[in-house]
Amino acid sequence: MDRVAIIGASMTQFGDRDAWVRALLAEAGDAALDDAGVDGDDVDHLYVSNMASGEFEGQTGVPNALAHDLNALPAYTQRVDQTSASGGAGIYAAWQSVASGASDLTVLVGGEKMTHKTTGEATDVIASLTHPVEYKHGVTLPSFAGLTARKYLDEYDAPRESLGKVAVKNHRNGMDNPHAQFRKEVDLETVLESPVVADPLRLYDFCPITDGSAGLVFCPESVAQEYTDDYVVVSGVGGATDTHVVHEREDPTTMGGVVESSNVAYEMADRGPEDVDVAELHDMFTILEFLQSEDLGFFEKGEGWKAVEEGVTDRDGDLPINTSGGLKSKGHPLGASGVAQAYEIYQQLLGDAGARQVDAEVGLACNVGGFGNCVTTTILEQP
Amino acid sequence: MTDDAPSFDAHRCENGHLTYPGHTRCPDCGAEQTETVDLSDRTGAVVTWTTSTATPPGVREPNHLAIVEFTVDGESVRALGQLTTADGVDIGDDVEPVYAAELREPGAGIREPDSQAWDGFRFEPA
Repeated sequence: MDRVAIIGASMTQFGDRDAWVRALLAEAGDAALDDAGVDGDDVDHLYVSNMASGEFEGQTGVPNALAHDLNALPAYTQRVDQTSASGGAGIYAAWQSVASGASDLTVLVGGEKMTHKTTGEATDVIASLTHPVEYKHGVTLPSFAGLTARKYLDEYDAPRESLGKVAVKNHRNGMDNPHAQFRKEVDLETVLESPVVADPLRLYDFCPITDGSAGLVFCPESVAQEYTDDYVVVSGVGGATDTHVVHEREDPTTMGGVVESSNVAYEMADRGPEDVDVAELHDMFTILEFLQSEDLGFFEKGEGWKAVEEGVTDRDGDLPINTSGGLKSKGHPLGASGVAQAYEIYQQLLGDAGARQVDAEVGLACNVGGFGNCVTTTILEQP
Repeated sequence: MTDDAPSFDAHRCENGHLTYPGHTRCPDCGAEQTETVDLSDRTGAVVTWTTSTATPPGVREPNHLAIVEFTVDGESVRALGQLTTADGVDIGDDVEPVYAAELREPGAGIREPDSQAWDGFRFEPA
């Protein structure tokens, strides 16, 4: 089977941006087309990953707007919303469009505009994904993280400090990412003494609220070299769901969607967790980096925290995780995050990651929606 | 408890699987859920808890929350709910449901007020 290649990628500055969602998407889309060296009117399919542009700014129909702005008419367009995993789901949709033969050139742009809302308002937009029996209690995604972190620390006898070390590591990585929202080192003491947000988690255990966008350009591998010598291959991609109601999970410390989606991706790529050289995980909360690193099979259940303590996941460790700085320091513009994860892996595989560069031939990105409710795992490789 | 007292309904299918809330088809076996079990006068155990301080519009601050497990005829069922207090609460502690007419202010957040109920049960340390 002809595999699917990524021949171009882009990411805008993440952070507090003046631009609104249409302009953010156009900025990343324009840059992705330039990176691939293709024109807008070459595009067959155009996908936009976005969770909530209607709720955040009253702008719907953004894929059509983007097609018009990029001179991509009459491309087929579609919006992909899978909450925080919209970006990963967009990669899945874009891969499907090329793998099926429906499109010879697909552009995916993920983006979100959030910072004009207060923290409470933005948190509420995201919490609107919850079931009515959860929402009426005022539950937020950060409070799910607090509930899960307490259970994890109790169950596996992990020290609170180990969560803080995830934040320290990812902030350190973000220092070298010019697109990151925070390029500021933090020490463990600062993390552990920051204000409580969802006990036992504190401010520095959480990613910020962010504006930003990122783009990818896909085509069949058989024609990739007609465009460029610098491309990567989507060797595996999988998506899966877990319970909508979070408390209905048998083991609160296991993310079934991560397990299932990665099994599909590993099988498609004919790879296992031991083959992964670098990974971008969805560290919307520090605890999520532990859960994913275990549920992806990198470490035994309950041992992910030890890997962080031992430096295994540092940039110079055996399995660098979140070399981009992760959502934690790079920022988390919902629909953009999964696309930006792939952008980092793309750069790492092409040797374009600058000061963040690690030695990698196979990379993995795991994008988590809700509190593990819907997940996509993507494996990218050098051709 | 009188007949018009609010109930805290878990839902059961013909194979005895119990869930809160109910689902169109049983998440365990796919069968229809045919009866309810009222949890309001039962004691549950805290699976985990948190105190949330960054709360959305219309939600009390701080907001103490717990996941609580009940056991009914050997079948376990869990529910998430507010805690009346977090003082002294720990994993494994017993808690009892206490009715509250309004758990958060309807309409203050993004959810359409008429789309769902806003009353329910908080958990009180037993």
